Formats: sequence, C-alpha cells, structure tokens
Amino acid sequence: MAEVSVRKVVKEYDGGVQAVKGIDLDIADHEFVVLVGPSGCGKSTTLRMIAGLEEITGGEIWIDGDVVNDVPPRDRDIAMVFQNYALYPHMSVFDNMAFGLKLRKFPKDEIKRRVDEAARILDIVPLLDRKPRALSGGQRQRVAMGRAIVRNPKVFLFDEPLSNLDAKLRVQMRTEIKKVHQTVRTTTVYVTHDQIEAMTLADRVVVMNHGVIEQVGTPNDLYHHPTTRFVAGFIGSPAMNFLPCRVQDGANGGLAVRVTDTLTVPIPAARADRYGAFKGKEMVLGIRPEHLFEYHEQGKPGWTRVDLPVDVVEPMGMETMVHFFVDGAPVCARVDPATHAAPGELMPLTADLNQMHLMEADTGKVV
Amino acid sequence: MSATTLEHGRKVAASRKTSLHRQRLWALWGSYIALAVFVVIFLVPPFYTLITSLKSSAEISAQSGSPWLVHHPTLENFWYLITYPNFQTYYLNSVIVTVLVVVVSMTISILAAFSLSRMGFWGSQSLSTGVFLTYLVPPSLLFIPLFQIIGKIGLINNFWCLVILYPTLAVPFCTWIMIGYFSSIPKELDEAALIDGANYLQILWKIFIPVAMPGIIAATIFAFTVSWGAFLYPLAYLYTSHEMVLTVGIISDLIRGDVFQWGKIMAACLLASLPPIVIYAFLMDYYVAGLTAGATKG
Repeated sequence: MAEVSVRKVVKEYDGGVQAVKGIDLDIADHEFVVLVGPSGCGKSTTLRMIAGLEEITGGEIWIDGDVVNDVPPRDRDIAMVFQNYALYPHMSVFDNMAFGLKLRKFPKDEIKRRVDEAARILDIVPLLDRKPRALSGGQRQRVAMGRAIVRNPKVFLFDEPLSNLDAKLRVQMRTEIKKVHQTVRTTTVYVTHDQIEAMTLADRVVVMNHGVIEQVGTPNDLYHHPTTRFVAGFIGSPAMNFLPCRVQDGANGGLAVRVTDTLTVPIPAARADRYGAFKGKEMVLGIRPEHLFEYHEQGKPGWTRVDLPVDVVEPMGMETMVHFFVDGAPVCARVDPATHAAPGELMPLTADLNQMHLMEADTGKVV
Repeated sequence: MSATTLEHGRKVAASRKTSLHRQRLWALWGSYIALAVFVVIFLVPPFYTLITSLKSSAEISAQSGSPWLVHHPTLENFWYLITYPNFQTYYLNSVIVTVLVVVVSMTISILAAFSLSRMGFWGSQSLSTGVFLTYLVPPSLLFIPLFQIIGKIGLINNFWCLVILYPTLAVPFCTWIMIGYFSSIPKELDEAALIDGANYLQILWKIFIPVAMPGIIAATIFAFTVSWGAFLYPLAYLYTSHEMVLTVGIISDLIRGDVFQWGKIMAACLLASLPPIVIYAFLMDYYVAGLTAGATKG
C-alpha cells in the first residue's frame, strides 16, 4: 500500500489539445479517492497516467515515494479494473485471476491460496471454473476486482467500473466495492462520472472540469461548501438551482437578494458580513432543491416564503419534485409527497436561506 | 373503438400479412433458383472429374453411351497414381512446401499484424494500407523480377524457392485479415495484460493468439490454399520431376505431347483436392467466423 502524488501533471495530445492542465493531487495511504467530472474533463486520462497507460507530457507522478513517470505499468505494482471488465475470454475465472501472479512466477500453491481468498471475499468461489462468457455483468465485474485483489498491489485503479451495469446491480456493486476497500484497505483511485457513486464511495472526492481540479474534499464538504458554481451544480441530485440575482439593501438595515422585480428574499443576518462587499454586483443565487420545500406557517430564522407557479410535478414516492420557472431559469423544489401541487397553480414554498450559496456571475466563484 | 374500426384494422393487418407472405415466397423462390444455378456451375465439374476418374482409358476413349455414366467402374487410375513414385514425390513436395509456407506466412503475418494494429508507432496506418496494396499486385507481374532474384540465390528448379516465393503472395492478405481481427479485440485486454505484468510478446502469445484463433485459422486456410493450388510459380521455376509439386507434376507427367491420360489426370486432381477438402470441412466454421469477425464486434 502506498501514497500517490500527482505533481503539476500535464497531458497534451498531438495537435496541442491539453486533456490535463497541470494538476496537483496527494492521495494518502489507504485512502479511497474518487475522480469525478463530466465527459472529457480529464479524469480517465489522469487515471491512465497513474497506471502508466498514457505518457505524461509534463510533471511527475509518485507512487510510494518513487517517481514513476518512466516506469512501465507492470513495474508500478498497481492493479486496474476497467469499465468493460477486460477479462481474458479464453481463460477460466481462476486463470484470469491467476494470470498476473503466474507472470510474476509465484509458486502454484501461493497462487491458489490468493485466488481462493479473493474469490471468498468476492463470493465467486463457485464461478472459478467458468469462462467469462458464462457470467453475468455483475459477476464479471467481481472477477475483474478479484484479478486486482489477488495481486495485493500498492494501488487499485478503477476506471468507471460500474458504468456497464444496470441501475440495481450498480448500487449492489457499489456496496461491494466499499466493503472490499474496508477489508483490504489498499489505496484506491476511482474514476466515475456519476456523482452519487463518488459521494457514496469516496473518502475524498476530486471534482475535475476541463482538465483542471475544481475542488478536492470530503463528500460532505463538497456538498455543503462548494467553492465554485461548477462543483455546486455537479454535486447533488437533482442539481442545485441557480438564479441570476443582485445583492441590495433589505429591510431593517439588512441585505436582500433581488431575483426578479417581484421576487426579493432577505439574506440571513449571519451572512450579511460575508455578502456585504458584493452589494450591487451581478451574482448568482444557488439553492438546493431540498432547501426549497412546502410552506410552513411556523418558520425559523432564515426561512422565507416564496410563491412560484408550478410547471411540472414529479411524484417519486418518498418525495415529490416540483419544477418551476423563475424568469426563465428552471427551479426545482423537493416537497413532501402529501403536499398538493398542480401545474399552473401558484405554490407557496419555504426557501431555507441559511443554506443559500452566492456566486460571482462572471467567475462562478462561491463567495 | 367501434366495431367498424376494429374490422377495418383487422383487414389492413390481414392484407399486410398476405403481402409479406407473398414477398417472402418470391424471395425463397429466387434463392432456390440462384442456389440451383450455383450448384450446377460448381458441382458438375467435380462430379464429372469423379466419373471420369473411375473409368478405364478404354471406356473414356470409346465415346459410346453417356459420358455421365460409368459402365465399368475401376480404381486402376488411383492405384496407378498411388504406386507411381513421381506422384508420391509431387505429393510429398507439395506437403513440405505448403506446411513451411503456412508456418512462415503465419509467423510473419501475426507478428506484422500485431505490431501494426497494436503498437501504434509512427506510420503504422500507412504501412497497414501498404500491406494491403501489395496484395493487389498480380503474381504474374512479379514472377519475372522474382525469377532473377531466385536465379541469383541459386534456387531455380528447387522447390525451396517456393517456400520463399509463396509468402510474398500469402503474407499481405493474411496480415490484412489479422490486422482486422486484432483490431476488433478491445484495447483494454492488452492494457489489463500490461498491468498484470505481461510484455508485448507475452500479450501476443498468451492473449491475442488464443483470442484471435478464428482469424488465425481463416488466414491459415488462405495461406494453405495459395500454396497448395499455385500453378504459375512452380511452372516457371521448376522443371525436373523430383522438384515438382502436384499442380505442375500432374500436367507434365500425365500429358504426353497431345496424349491426355484423362482418367489418371482426373484421379490425380481428386487426390490433390483431398487435403483442402478435409481442412475446409473441419475448419469451415472458424473460417467464416474469422472472415466476418470485424463486421459485428465493436
């Protein structure tokens, strides 16, 4: 097990396209780090550079205290799980898992011991004699994980390993991966575009966009304290609502956020100092759907009533999503399923402004 | 929905079904006719070969009765060839040349295809195209310059020259087939093997060759066919019977001036066809799978 460091790493393809633009990242021993971001953000390229499958244009990659820029993948002591499993189709499950150990000339009994142990952890003992084509998607992914585990490498690398599975199996395998990490505690770098996967699995999440790291933090940190509009919008489902606004003087000497001519909401007193400097500037108000809910007569400090015309209602069983448009901007509220909401009607809502975020309109920086 | 609308819907569905049925019937008839023509064109000659090979020289030259029937079947032509030392030499030479050509061609093709499809070096794309283009050069254009080369290395009238020459015909196409097949193998397989600790030769030997076996068999059959059936090169380069292979040995030995020993020629053709028939029969499934592999795999 080992620490992994990525220092000023750049990946530039022929034609000058930069996929990764000088990122820095330190991953601690035993840590589970998830790289997340939209397609083309550079997360897979970063992972492949750590694996040694992509050459690095600039910077350094360190694994366990050594620079590995010029070390071939087989000598980096890493194991990788691919999106499409990459199992050797002509080999049995046992041989797939044992392949790396055989190449490294491990004794036969040691190979058997390790494969059996990994198969037991992953609950695939009855499948050891089967060929990959006789396995379901979930079983194949377990075998791919088993192939990584038996090697007992310094670092596990996962490249969107659950993307090929159906929704139910994905949730199940997510738990399995977390369980495996809790058992083997190997340093893990995991790439996904699914922010729920990132939030549920990671010790720390790295949000990437356009080849740079937007923010690194614990899942809760990213969710509650995003530093950029991109992170605020990317983490959380449904996504945070964004409304163009302006900070202005409010009632009783306080501050308020003016969203439209008819919609102005007071800024909680606790935030007045923080937002005072942005008075008169073009800003963006960010509020998560769960902080916009059905109206309660007995409010709390920082809660304010807003009335919005309902556009679409989406009952989801344990909650209902209600969609609105405010001055052309889509807004979603997460309300109690018992709440009455009908399209076209004006719906009274509570906005919990204690949880609001304010961003600069031009830079997207959360203030 | 009213009863009238339902009735109308049923009528439309029924007429569409009838129309589809009629179309299918026409397609089936068309297929049968095309297949019948195909069978006549391709199976009548071998049938005639078989009939003639079972006739004695006297019956062939008698020109009485239907030539499609055998009145006094005999195996004398086959027995003559089996016990004829020259024919045994031709057969053995053909087998030696073919086995060596297949081994040489496949070794070169597999290594070339692997490096061209997977190593991703500068110019690999152009080289791949170049390999295919060389296949388009007709052998009849090549045999004169090749004659000079073979002459300079002293292999004229030596069947070993065929072991050098035939791969020039087989390698481009076999490489092209193998490039297509190797390209259809997901890139992640070699990446997984690289991470597992394999070098490129181990990836080729332990992953690619077993996975690409249908493609390899298809290419092998092609190399075999090129070598076994080639006529022009042995005709140009070999002229003594102890160096000849089957294709030229049969005509040089069994046609004497204007005397055609048809029974023996036909029997020799049948005996010469045996290895390809046996190999095709056993490997046809792989052959078809190999030729169509690139069509459906991602």
